[in-house]
Amino acid sequence: MGVTRIPTSLTQGSHTKGAIGESTLRPDGTLKVTGDFAYASDLWHEDMLWGCTLRSPHAYAEILSIDVSQALATAGVHAVMTHQDLPAGTHYGLEIRDQPVLADDVVRFHGEPVAIVAADHPETARRAAAKIVVEYRELPPITNEAAALAADAPVLHPHRTDSHAAHVPHPNILHRQPVTRGDVAAARARADVVVSGDYEVGMQDQAFLGPESGLAMPAEDGGVDLFIATQWLHSDLRQLAPVLGLPEDKVRMTLSGVGGAFGGREDLSMQAHACLLALRTGKPVKIVYNRFESFFGHVHRHPARLHYEHGASRDGMIQYMTCRIVLDGGAYASASPAVVGNAASLGAGPYAIDNVETEALALYTNNPPCGAMRGFGAVQACFAYESQMDKLAAELGMDPVEFRRLNAMTQGTRLPTGQAVDSPAPVAELLRRVKAMPMPPEQQWITADESGESIDVRALPGGLSNTTHGEGVVRGVGYAVGIKNVGFSEGFDDYSTARVRLQVIGGEPVAAVYTAMAEVGQGGVTVHAQIARTELGVTQVTIHPADTRIGSAGSTSASRQTYVTGGAVRHACELVRERVLELGRVRFGSYHPAWATAELLLESGKVVTDDGEVLADLVHVIGDESIDVEREWRHRPTEPLDPHTGQGFGHVQYMFAAHRAVVEVDTELGLVKVIELACAQDVGKALNPLSVLGQIQGGTTQGLGLAVMEEIVVAPDGKVRNPSFTDYLIPTILDTPSIPADVLELADQHAPYGLRGVGEAPTLSATPAVVSAIRAATGLALTRVPVRPEHLTGT
Amino acid sequence: MRVNMTVNGRPQEADDVWEGESLLYVLRERFGLPGSKNACEQGECGSCTVRLDGVPVCACLVAAGQAQSRDVVTVEGLADFAKQRSTPCGGHGPGPDAGDATGGGAGRADRADGLAPGISISDAQHWQAKPAESASPELAPVQQAFIDAGAVQCGFCTPGLLVAADELLERTSEPSDADIREALSGNLCRCTGYETILDAVRLAAARASEGA
Ligand code: FES
Ligand code: FES
Repeated sequence: MGVTRIPTSLTQGSHTKGAIGESTLRPDGTLKVTGDFAYASDLWHEDMLWGCTLRSPHAYAEILSIDVSQALATAGVHAVMTHQDLPAGTHYGLEIRDQPVLADDVVRFHGEPVAIVAADHPETARRAAAKIVVEYRELPPITNEAAALAADAPVLHPHRTDSHAAHVPHPNILHRQPVTRGDVAAARARADVVVSGDYEVGMQDQAFLGPESGLAMPAEDGGVDLFIATQWLHSDLRQLAPVLGLPEDKVRMTLSGVGGAFGGREDLSMQAHACLLALRTGKPVKIVYNRFESFFGHVHRHPARLHYEHGASRDGMIQYMTCRIVLDGGAYASASPAVVGNAASLGAGPYAIDNVETEALALYTNNPPCGAMRGFGAVQACFAYESQMDKLAAELGMDPVEFRRLNAMTQGTRLPTGQAVDSPAPVAELLRRVKAMPMPPEQQWITADESGESIDVRALPGGLSNTTHGEGVVRGVGYAVGIKNVGFSEGFDDYSTARVRLQVIGGEPVAAVYTAMAEVGQGGVTVHAQIARTELGVTQVTIHPADTRIGSAGSTSASRQTYVTGGAVRHACELVRERVLELGRVRFGSYHPAWATAELLLESGKVVTDDGEVLADLVHVIGDESIDVEREWRHRPTEPLDPHTGQGFGHVQYMFAAHRAVVEVDTELGLVKVIELACAQDVGKALNPLSVLGQIQGGTTQGLGLAVMEEIVVAPDGKVRNPSFTDYLIPTILDTPSIPADVLELADQHAPYGLRGVGEAPTLSATPAVVSAIRAATGLALTRVPVRPEHLTGT
Repeated sequence: MRVNMTVNGRPQEADDVWEGESLLYVLRERFGLPGSKNACEQGECGSCTVRLDGVPVCACLVAAGQAQSRDVVTVEGLADFAKQRSTPCGGHGPGPDAGDATGGGAGRADRADGLAPGISISDAQHWQAKPAESASPELAPVQQAFIDAGAVQCGFCTPGLLVAADELLERTSEPSDADIREALSGNLCRCTGYETILDAVRLAAARASEGA
């Protein structure tokens, strides 16, 4: 069809070993190291046009008029579209459809899409977009809680019909979730020590490296084919089809190579725009954001203000906690309701506390929309409650690790939601392990060789800027631990679909696995092949590209894919195995009594008894049949939290990680070097240890980024100040320390293979551990992340 | 304007190139070589790193015209480039000219299979890497090491890192960790936390010295 660089099936060779539990290598690894892997931004069609977006320069303004005539008249321009040109639905959203595809009479955030252009060269499209004349009347933007909740505040979404509208105290509160348990007033009266604090978390960006991109191709049946980098094909599809005015079966989506996600691809970005332009022009349209546009094109991590209070008895037992967590959701809803749910239900952290009053809410403001990012809701809370733990321990004169261990939850502990944690919760053990890891040597910048000692400035704060040779450098050590839910919570029907086919190809049994799971880098494709090998006893497995011709796999987020789509693949494999054994009984059952009586397994291409006796070759059993099973699979259901008390069986599983940070701070210049960031995490079962390590180290590094460098700076007028990698800094290899990991495997009996989600937990505790270490080095209170040099020098 | 250059040993020509087009755009959109990536187009991420007359550069910051009549090596040509370097007589075909920087390469064996028994790589690895029996013989050693070490997740940073790491290993056969960090400090990776990237470079260096 003239498109090149579309995804292909991934097959690993016939000699590939690697059942679950082994560090099998990625099936897409070779393509990725040769430059042949087809990312969405590499898509190409000989006739394609390039799309471009015109975005609002204001955070809040009325649109008085739009004149596209000059843009349309530009040579090479094929189409210009505004809100007026939308053929059908005008809004989209993950849960609440409150976000305009193109702004109508008002823009609510800096960077909101207003018009789109298709032209024959990306530069032509950009220049034409610049010729669109939009007349705005600026309005005073709402950029904080006080302005949003003022009695005379303008209501940003006046005609709300969403399910949260009825129970919020103000229409600019998108969702509010209280959680109450026990008797806080009584506990407060008997507490010997009370500490409280106000904390703040800045707006973090996912900063995935592969920009938003895709190619939309108009089809002869009036539909559209979209090749796209996303986290969840079917969620995009459900939002897209009504906007295009097409039935879902005419919007065919295929996952293209995804350059990272971390939550930032959960919402639509350019999907609708590319499809609209393709349908309008009758030509394939490609849109690729540059980094500047990417900062405006996806949601960010909610900035938060958190007030916490804890009371403890002299013996170190926490008696109660209260908190109020205010999340800035920005202009549109995105994933905010779920972020609120996580913050509210996990706000007390991984501790056994009987008396709790928490409240979390998300605001509508004119700041950039915020939504999903790795660990959402739990990341913000973890920074605050772990800061409180250090403060409480200090107040009690206790060791901060021992104090945490004393109050750590265990299996059976009830969360503030009343839900008992019904799988291992080795919080104290993770803290013990991370503390027991060997310490990096002191003064590691001094290297000794034949010629004596020398100083490697690269190992010091400031690095090659050569700002110190060790003078004024103080070491600090800090600890933190966190809890995050796995999977979609609060009653969401969280399922996945897998199709598995087993047949003989070239004299060898070959399994093909087909799901709509978005591989965004996490290694789901590796794990699916491992599961198929484990369950079917084959070596050769083909992974089909993900698309919408099969049922939903759910999102690649909430650390859920190995659990849920992995669970679906395993389930489909089990059903295939049953069919293989039925076939075997029919064909060979009369030759050996074990066919009827023994527990039979598929191993190394053979049907074997559980004693290891070989009954038949898989090749002979299958013959020329193709055994093909497609099934949905769900984890056990959860239930919504009570809107007033927050009680309920809200989560399906939890993950825990603990960190120890060792930092060195140049106290004169306020420069921080993280020397080591050790992690201990329980993963239930490491299906692929190498991938698990990659998740722990990658997640830890994003937590480090939030601790000391990463923040989208939004000015008081609601405008984004640093939309580039020049000004929004993510950790480089020089900023990132060694990250030793101690992986614990305590099975969760409710989950496939006992596994636990992995990806998010390390992002939670890395941030407070680093800040705790900086506090230890400097003696400063440090209640806001990211910590900047001026916070350390007081300038 | 018309632009001519040698890319991965082959002459390439593009017509109607706009003034402002970068080398990256011309490679990706005109020469059909999308391996070099476009993560920032501002010289901040290194995902577009290529060799220009042997020197690693951000292709997004080089105007296409500046590459006129010069030699470019991209990730797509890395395996050939490594093979050529490891064959002292230069092999066949129009070889990429690595400028002054090729000194360190001659002694390094081309261990694309990563199998070599008896190699002590325990310092370089924290895990039991499985030999990649499906490994394609066309990989450069550093490419194989990235796969084996788990240094590839989403892979968007990988092409630029490979070109930069290969150039480091060409100059320095036994780089220290600080050397590796310094050489790769212009390459952002958002997925891995860099540990496995360090492992990969250590592994490639260890295999090269074992094979030398
Ligand atoms: S794309 Fe060239 S440095 Fe980022
Ligand atoms: S950016 Fe994804 S692997 Fe480096």
